[in-house]
Amino acid sequence: MSQRPTLHVTIVTAQQTVFEGEAEMVIAPGSEGQLGILPRHAPLLTTLALGEMRIRQSGVDEGLFVAGGFLEVNNDIVTVLADDAERAEDIDVAHAEEARRRAEAALQQRGLSADAQSSAFGELERAVGRLKVAELHRTRVGHRRRPPRELED
Amino acid sequence: MASTREIRRRIQAIKNITQITRALQMVASSKMRRAQDRVLAARPYSEQLTKLLSRLSGQAEDLNELPLMRKRPVKSAAIVLVTPDGGLAGALSSNVNRRAGQLAIELRREHGADLPISFIAVGRKGRDFIVRTRQKLVAEFVKLGDQPKLSDVRAIARVITDTYLNQEADLVYLVYPKYISTVVQTPTVNQLLPVQPPAEAEESGPAPQYIFEPDATTIFAELLPRYIETLIYQPLLETLASFYSAQMVAMRNATDNATELLGDLTLTYNKARQAAITTQILEIVAGSSA
Repeated sequence: MSQRPTLHVTIVTAQQTVFEGEAEMVIAPGSEGQLGILPRHAPLLTTLALGEMRIRQSGVDEGLFVAGGFLEVNNDIVTVLADDAERAEDIDVAHAEEARRRAEAALQQRGLSADAQSSAFGELERAVGRLKVAELHRTRVGHRRRPPRELED
Repeated sequence: MASTREIRRRIQAIKNITQITRALQMVASSKMRRAQDRVLAARPYSEQLTKLLSRLSGQAEDLNELPLMRKRPVKSAAIVLVTPDGGLAGALSSNVNRRAGQLAIELRREHGADLPISFIAVGRKGRDFIVRTRQKLVAEFVKLGDQPKLSDVRAIARVITDTYLNQEADLVYLVYPKYISTVVQTPTVNQLLPVQPPAEAEESGPAPQYIFEPDATTIFAELLPRYIETLIYQPLLETLASFYSAQMVAMRNATDNATELLGDLTLTYNKARQAAITTQILEIVAGSSA
């Protein structure tokens, strides 16, 4: 088990490093669809969509919210340059709800400039995405009471 | 010698000034620490992006043909001047402004004396400098706050890339005070456009043949603006850290000087007071013996 190659995963945003560590598998929301990355993956560079990213460490998935950016795989090193990213456990649900309400209220207004509209829409998308990832995280933690299933070789 | 009342007034005035400079010094030092943390936290992103770009520039030839990377004959230039909004920070702003002026002279020497140079100001001190010296100011961004938002940076980046793509400038530079340490900040010049692929890092083995998803062109079209944004965002954070550091140091010096002055004045005051008392006693003694 210890002989298995692992992926070195780094997730950074313009503000800070969100995650850094070893993983057995990474599942990411690529702009062309969900991607699963295992060790010895071919070099890959893709843009990211908005959604949930999962990092599997010792059979346990850790969820993260990512929105836009790039994912690079090279030599078992996975680098994510995200426009926005947050660990699921760090998501402030009340804060995200508030952001969603504000964005919805902004979209209700008439005579909004195209710029303001698209930025409010972006806010809304991110807030909803955050809430969803937080929700998925909660259900997963609930399931984790049972011991995680061992991965078969 | 000034009258005791005069000296007492000055002592009070200096005490008041000391209170202000000391308060500003405290505020600046706490903001400085946060700004320094932010600079350090933001570094990994720009480092990773730079590394990625250097890996890519090695293998993708068409990368160099993108409009943002292609070199053009230089008929005009633009300078992005990043400065703090506030003052009371010693010579920080004037050093950056002077560096920008010097850059303009260098550019004209290299590309012809009548090279039109336009300025984009980020921060009030630089804006004031450009207006005062009657240079061409095409855009200004002030009051971005202590935590510049990515949306602000996007707006700045868009103005800069538009200027370049509309052929209003064939060369774009950015001048900012780079944060070295609390006491050292150096005015620094970076070339923004055309984008210069970062020097290739020394890595073992040949450059990897990437699978691009959706395709190389789309990815580069997204990657380059992002790179330009970090080339603006990072200096913005550095400027803030530099500013609060310089302000903290300037205010500390002001407080020290004021304290010293206060000591001198108190001494003079006591001497004057004593002299007055001595004269009075002498007068009384003289009066009684008469």
